[in-house]
Amino acid sequence: MLQHPENWRWRRAGSVAGLVLGVCATEAQAAGLGAQLLGYRSEVQYLLGQHMKLVVLVAFFSVGLGVPLGIWLSRPAMRRYSEGVMQLLNIGTTVPTLAKLAIAMLFFGLGTGSAVIGLTIATLMPIVRNTCVGLQNVSPELLDAARGLGMRHGQILWRVELPNALNVIVSGIRVAITYATGTAALAFLIGGGGLGELIFTGIDTNEPAMMLVGAITTCLLAVLVDLLLYQVQYWLIPRGVNPYRPLRAG
Amino acid sequence: MITLEHLSKVYGAPGSTAAVDDVSLTVGSGEICVLIGPSGCGKTTTMRMVNRLITPTGGRVLIDGQDTTAIDTVALRRSIGYVIQQVGLFPNMTVEENIGVVPRLLGWDRARMRARAAELLDMVGLDVGQFLGRFPNQLSGGQQQRVGVARALAADPPVLLMDEPFGAIDPINRAAIQDQFLAMQQKLKKTVLLVSHDIDEAVKMADRIAIFRAGRLEQAGTPDEILVAPANDFVGGFVGPDRTLKRLRRKRVSQVHVPLVYSVGQQVEVAVDGCHGTIQVDAAGLVVAMTADGRAIGPVSVRMDSDLRVVVSELLRLAVPWLPCVDGEGRLRGVVSQAAISRQVSGASVAASSDAVSKQGGGNAATP
Repeated sequence: MLQHPENWRWRRAGSVAGLVLGVCATEAQAAGLGAQLLGYRSEVQYLLGQHMKLVVLVAFFSVGLGVPLGIWLSRPAMRRYSEGVMQLLNIGTTVPTLAKLAIAMLFFGLGTGSAVIGLTIATLMPIVRNTCVGLQNVSPELLDAARGLGMRHGQILWRVELPNALNVIVSGIRVAITYATGTAALAFLIGGGGLGELIFTGIDTNEPAMMLVGAITTCLLAVLVDLLLYQVQYWLIPRGVNPYRPLRAG
Repeated sequence: MITLEHLSKVYGAPGSTAAVDDVSLTVGSGEICVLIGPSGCGKTTTMRMVNRLITPTGGRVLIDGQDTTAIDTVALRRSIGYVIQQVGLFPNMTVEENIGVVPRLLGWDRARMRARAAELLDMVGLDVGQFLGRFPNQLSGGQQQRVGVARALAADPPVLLMDEPFGAIDPINRAAIQDQFLAMQQKLKKTVLLVSHDIDEAVKMADRIAIFRAGRLEQAGTPDEILVAPANDFVGGFVGPDRTLKRLRRKRVSQVHVPLVYSVGQQVEVAVDGCHGTIQVDAAGLVVAMTADGRAIGPVSVRMDSDLRVVVSELLRLAVPWLPCVDGEGRLRGVVSQAAISRQVSGASVAASSDAVSKQGGGNAATP
């Protein structure tokens, strides 16, 4: 009963296309949808500004706290505890972001402040983990050489450990901030504003166009943030250890 | 000069087995001392106590008479070159920046660091224009270790610690980089502590060999002393039953050859020291030799600075009792015989020969 794979692929593509067209045709007239989406221009502009402000604040606090925390946990003196802390962070990551926001609201009330705190906690975890693991995975012979050549602890950290762990660290930041851009839509639920307002209001009032415009804009923003952070990786990571700019073989 | 006085390292509670147990050793200025022994014998621990990467639990280390505990640890390490087997070049830095690590720590200006990096790269045999801006990941293992040696020498430290520096390099490159290091050492005269597990490397490189077992120093001496008279069965087993052949590697043709007087075109009758036959040198400088029973010897590959192991190998290959030897330009200088080599390594001449050990014999002993 094997179908020809080529045939099968075409069929699947056809059914997906049909589904999309069907959705558009039943939910809204295809021609009218574009005009409806454009109708939310001013709301989008205002809420996008709020959303971006949220993301920038969350990025600022989560990187500002997460990276130093990760560095601290990676120090040899902390090695005994770092595994335990890391496990705790792992458990923390499994708590849904919505629940974290709800908890933040319980303590700090409604508003942007609570949203930033809740989202920062959610974003912090992958950053701390990647920073700590990235630093712990720097080859021991590099540290031996650095010590043997007479570098002080701070010099080893800045000149050897951080540059060589930077890819792992920035990868963590990139994933975390991109994720935060998407989940910042939830901030609306605790009065934090942002593009979530369009999405959730759209759902509640059964206005798919409003919901779509919020979702699409959030999506585009997340993709943009990801691209931006890719650029950071491309230019910030030292040439010799930059996987995005491979060296010619000797 | 490095002096180890009753150096010990015990991990854990006092009384547990010592990693290094009461080691006393002196390495003279400009000497290469090879610490050798099986895995876990304490040779690396001993070396790492010199730059205090490991803190001794007993005894002390003196460098040029000064107790190293009196020097700031970081300053001490910057004044000691450090080379490790895994090389440990920083992959985020170029070759130039890697070589400049210690100069930068010492606050040299940029121009001086660049000039020094170029000088050292040239010294270790890498093309400056090609390699200065490269990254470690673009280099082969041998090239990386050359840069590693250059980095250790950057601030011109008087003392060099090398932990199995050539252990991870393929045999052909290893021989080349060892030869080059010895040639550099001729000029630089660093005091070197080199950890190795390869007795051939030790015999080739060392002015002194220190053999370790289970944290204790079993025997220390010149390669010749250790190969002639191993202190105990362990050392004897470690240097191997072919120790006489190993001794030959550190002796040069110039130490045993018989000089010849001749003129070009003339046929020289040889009848000295076990060498019987004829040698003729034609106008082009080609040396043609013949044993007494009429066999041709050659082409001549034995030079004044060849080691005697090569000569013995050639004698065996050609099945002849003697060979003519030539200088660097291929001019006939004399003859070297199996009898002379046997005399050199037999017990009778030990005392006389052990002080004549030199790494680069050169062609200075012969006068035609």
